[in-house]
Amino acid sequence: MLAVTITIPDLVTFVLAAAIVLVAAIGVVVSRSPVHAALCLVATLFGIAVLFVEQNAEFLAAVQVIVYAGAIVVLFLFVIMLLGVDREEAIGKDPLRAQRPLGVLLGLLVLAEVLVLSRLSWPIGQPHVAGPVGGPSSNVADLARAVFTTYLLPFEITSALLLIATVGAVVLARRPPRSAGQPGAATGQPGRATGQPGGAIGQPGGATGRPALDGASQPDAADETGTVRSPEREGAPR
Amino acid sequence: MTPLLSLLVAQVPALRLPQVDYFALLPEIVMAGMAFVTLGARSLTRRGLPPAVWTLVTMATGLASGTLAVLLGRRVETHGAFAAVDGALAVDGFSVLFLVLVSAAVVLFALAAHPWIEREGEDGAELLSLGMLSASGAMFMAAANDLLVIFLGLEILSIALYVLAALNRRRAASGEAAIKYFVLGAFSSAIFLYGIALTYGATGSTNLARIGTYLAANVSTHGGLLLAGLALLLVGLGFKVAAVPFHTWTPDVYQGSPSPVTGFMAAVAKAGGFAALVRILFAAMPTLRLDWQPVLYALAVLSLVVGAILAVVQRDVKRMLAYSSISHAGFILVGVVAASAAGAASVGYYLLTYTFLIMGSFAVVTVVGGPADAHQDLEDYRGLARRQPLLALGFAILLVAQAGVPFTTGFLAKFYVLTAVIAQGGYVLAVIAMLAAVAVAFFYLRLVLVMYGWAGAGAGAGAGAVGPVGDADAAGAGEVVLPAGTTSLAGVGAGGGGEPDLAVLGGGGGLALATATSTGVEQAISGEGLVAAPEGLAAGDGDPVPFPDATKVVLALCVAFTVVFGIWPAPVVDFARHATLLFGLR
Repeated sequence: MLAVTITIPDLVTFVLAAAIVLVAAIGVVVSRSPVHAALCLVATLFGIAVLFVEQNAEFLAAVQVIVYAGAIVVLFLFVIMLLGVDREEAIGKDPLRAQRPLGVLLGLLVLAEVLVLSRLSWPIGQPHVAGPVGGPSSNVADLARAVFTTYLLPFEITSALLLIATVGAVVLARRPPRSAGQPGAATGQPGRATGQPGGAIGQPGGATGRPALDGASQPDAADETGTVRSPEREGAPR
Repeated sequence: MTPLLSLLVAQVPALRLPQVDYFALLPEIVMAGMAFVTLGARSLTRRGLPPAVWTLVTMATGLASGTLAVLLGRRVETHGAFAAVDGALAVDGFSVLFLVLVSAAVVLFALAAHPWIEREGEDGAELLSLGMLSASGAMFMAAANDLLVIFLGLEILSIALYVLAALNRRRAASGEAAIKYFVLGAFSSAIFLYGIALTYGATGSTNLARIGTYLAANVSTHGGLLLAGLALLLVGLGFKVAAVPFHTWTPDVYQGSPSPVTGFMAAVAKAGGFAALVRILFAAMPTLRLDWQPVLYALAVLSLVVGAILAVVQRDVKRMLAYSSISHAGFILVGVVAASAAGAASVGYYLLTYTFLIMGSFAVVTVVGGPADAHQDLEDYRGLARRQPLLALGFAILLVAQAGVPFTTGFLAKFYVLTAVIAQGGYVLAVIAMLAAVAVAFFYLRLVLVMYGWAGAGAGAGAGAVGPVGDADAAGAGEVVLPAGTTSLAGVGAGGGGEPDLAVLGGGGGLALATATSTGVEQAISGEGLVAAPEGLAAGDGDPVPFPDATKVVLALCVAFTVVFGIWPAPVVDFARHATLLFGLR
């Protein structure tokens, strides 16, 4: 094992960061307002980022701040704001009664697991990392090097992937073109609406199957998207 | 100079940028690039151009990409297989085969989707560019030599397909299909990614060639990590190719998606998934063959059996084709189980022929489905031969080929897969596959008989499918409906047997090669149709089915490929085998 030397500044940083993490984590659990809980979560994540820096894992620290504190918690806040900030969580009553004892039990299990694992070394294919990660260049530089050499192609393709995801989201969110909607349906087959063969065989999956058909003859109330969206429309005047 | 800056400067010369061989990347670049060009052009034209423009652009892209892939194949022939972009991409016969396959699928998709786009008033540019993007993902998967590239290709393929599945805006089922596909797909992608992580942990590399070298040189005393990684990789890819324990999304997604998209999904997602599967197993983990072979064996048997059984009880044609695609996946897995060069060749050949079969079939389903793809029931196909004789004829040929009738590519595909597995001693698996093929033939032939107006398309059709007993039976049925001398059609109706295949071939050849025969048949049928029209109405025949030009072209292409290369298999078989002989990395 590596001989670990702990300097005073290291110790101070660790204690401070750990205190922030713990206090903020308790804050997440006990605060009544969801916004406060989310903000406490940010503090927890920042504390963990500091701990990562302490461990020479600068890249993880940066990702922790950018992804978790930056993106995910902001997403939480958006949802909370959209649902209504004023609403207070009724923490007193649990909808699931077994939740709390189970939570305590799981916490203890995780603690035991960490304690056990910290004393084990895992024999896996590659020798496991022991020693300072730092080396001549930091892990951020190593990652940057990997991204532009070994993983150049995956890196470039990722940009295409992100673009595709954006395009897909836009395509799905866009309202369907209404006017250009049903030229084929309107002009095409006059006998279509009555055209179901009345055979002995039923139409399985009728609920999913053919909702839009009758609409072909009635222009406006016709299309399927309209009926899907109708609750929203009804809800609007209220 | 600050220490940090000097550190950076000191590092710069050490950065060896990889050589990017753009020629090797060109098929993918053309495919993805043209998709973005299409999107850009669409957003710049305010009113939008007529859909035919986008269809033509997409077809041209597919053709260009396929041509570039063939050129790449020439280079592989002369210079041997090589890895490009620092080993991230393998350029060998195997990847060339799949690049050509995916390019062909894009061309067929553009043609098959064109009538759908016009009918639904959709924006062609969106649909087709998403199709091209998804195809580029499949191409990356097929050519990848690195687990991360496979994963990214998988994601590009899947995300575009999720959106495509939702594009039928007039049906709630389409959105439902997209959500199901997205949730399960994202889940399986995560599993696949975890598999990559574990494999990397066990072997120290994500590069397939390096994993292969590592596994060949080292004996793992604790194989658990590697085996867990392998298992998760298999689960992730098993989902994409719809092998049985991971198939549950398939029927709903195939049923809800727009019909041309379903065909494209079936062809391209399977191609990409199997290409990645074969490459991972054969190139990176051949040393673990004894570990993965039994698993794939089980997957193959389950897919064959479950696909066949559940397909038989379906009444919705798209659902039925979904289950039949599961059964096809089982067949392809049989080729993977063979774990030999012949096995890999048979997988490539099967997927190549399956692309044409399934794209042609779904082109027909597209036009029969009518507005919003609503008419998918078996009953909607009743009497199709009278309403659109050529359409029904083409569909019948494709269905019969999927059932594996001789003198079609469908038969040869099954034949090569079975040959490969028998050569490795897998007799039991071969017998199971053949029995499943017989069971599956039942519903293809039932659909054919329904199209040709045989009233009682129930249990009796089973006899027609299973044995030669049903031969005369089916032919008789054809004659009842079409009393006059339309022999070729009656022959197709009985295509499940042995003798009338020549009639099928005659019809197919006529459709594909010379219009003379086709028009002859058409005239015969139209004359017949006039006489039979009152009967048809009385029998509750469905509505008139349009037969757009684009569908004619795609159907003619698919039927011609199926029949011509079924009779004269040499070129395609050589292409598939040639491709695989070169397979193997450096």
